[in-house]
Amino acid sequence: MELLAFGDTGWGDELFYATLMTIAVSITAMFIGFLFALIFTPLKLSKNKFLNFIANSYTTIIRGVPELLVIYLFFFGGTGAVMFVASIFGYNEYIEINAFITGAFAIGIISGAYSTEVFRGAIQSIDKGQFEAANVLGLNKFGKFFKIILPQTLRLAIPNLSNVWQITLKDTSLISVTGLVEIMRQSYIAAGSTRDPLFFYSFAAVLYLLLTFVSMKLINRLEVKYSRGY
Amino acid sequence: MDLELMINSFPKLLSAAVITLKLLSVSLIIGLFIGLFFAILRLKKNILINRFAYGYSYVFRGTPLLVQIFIIYFGLGQIEYLRSTVLWVILKEPYWCAIIAFALNTGAYTSEILRSAFQTIKPGIIEAGKSLGISNKVIFYKIQIPIAIRQSLPAYGNEIILMMKGTSLASTVTIMDLTGVAKYIISTTFKPIEVFIVAGGIYLFMTFIIHNVIKFLEKKYSFS
Repeated sequence: MELLAFGDTGWGDELFYATLMTIAVSITAMFIGFLFALIFTPLKLSKNKFLNFIANSYTTIIRGVPELLVIYLFFFGGTGAVMFVASIFGYNEYIEINAFITGAFAIGIISGAYSTEVFRGAIQSIDKGQFEAANVLGLNKFGKFFKIILPQTLRLAIPNLSNVWQITLKDTSLISVTGLVEIMRQSYIAAGSTRDPLFFYSFAAVLYLLLTFVSMKLINRLEVKYSRGY
Repeated sequence: MDLELMINSFPKLLSAAVITLKLLSVSLIIGLFIGLFFAILRLKKNILINRFAYGYSYVFRGTPLLVQIFIIYFGLGQIEYLRSTVLWVILKEPYWCAIIAFALNTGAYTSEILRSAFQTIKPGIIEAGKSLGISNKVIFYKIQIPIAIRQSLPAYGNEIILMMKGTSLASTVTIMDLTGVAKYIISTTFKPIEVFIVAGGIYLFMTFIIHNVIKFLEKKYSFS
């Protein structure tokens, strides 16, 4: 237990901040994923074959290639890409990108592919009559989307989005390879300096279980909220 | 684009893909038995056994695969007692540690897939078997299991693809699988995009094959 003490003697405070970091990266990645879903879901549903092809390539590639490989691509390629863009604007110094941003972006793109599929499924399962009714009521495009379609989509999407959240949360453990100090990285450091890997990795497992358990409880509440009236 | 690098690294990555496939197939076979065992435990009425099986699947599905590999590879070696037993022959090899972690992980997901498949079998089918005077054992092996396998094929196909992506984590415990070799080439040449295209292409090809094999099996064993 002394190993987990707060302060200089134990790893309690370090692991606490690492847990906060995991939560921060997961939420950021999930949010970036939503932005990607916002772009690619309409492309998937569009009647244009070319736009369809782009969206399908995105989801197929991301869901068929290991997360770790995507993270390596961003970790090694991210700096190069940013420096290339900067050099166009005449800036040639070395730029180092923050591990948090690289990691959140890599996981966000992965999470976005799953979210896109979830939103596509949810929108497709909304009754056609709802769209027609909205047209008959004379709602404009925004009103139709935000007042009629989105609330119903959310109700259908939340159970599946909670799966995406779980996947995203667990995927953040892979960012530890880029050196971002989240739960996994902190446990690695602690295990190395105390020579007690069994304890620290098991404790990391407990932390992840706790995170999934608490987030499931919170998502269940959301689910109840959005399915009232049914 | 460095085409020469892509062509040169292709054979290296392809031979690494064989290791990925080996890891995948061995862990899937072991995982299938583990999954079947725990799915049967989940169907038992005894609360203690039921809770135990549920706990197993909850823990392995709720924690990242990376943690599981690290506990088995770095953690178990710390127990002095284990080092003196026969088990150590297996546990000191990163290859087998990775396979144990993968098998336990896929076993947890497989047990959930099989459990829900067993539960969706209509009771009428089992009753029909009973009224024909077939013993419980034969009903289980000849009626329940084949139907459950058919029911769980689509979900199990997804699990195979997820597991194939999961084997990439073997590279974190020094195994040179497809991702391991890809990372090595990236870190020596600093050409991440080219290597990603080739390695990702091989992964996608394997996904494509698995997807189609499962689709074929689904058609072959469909009820109609």
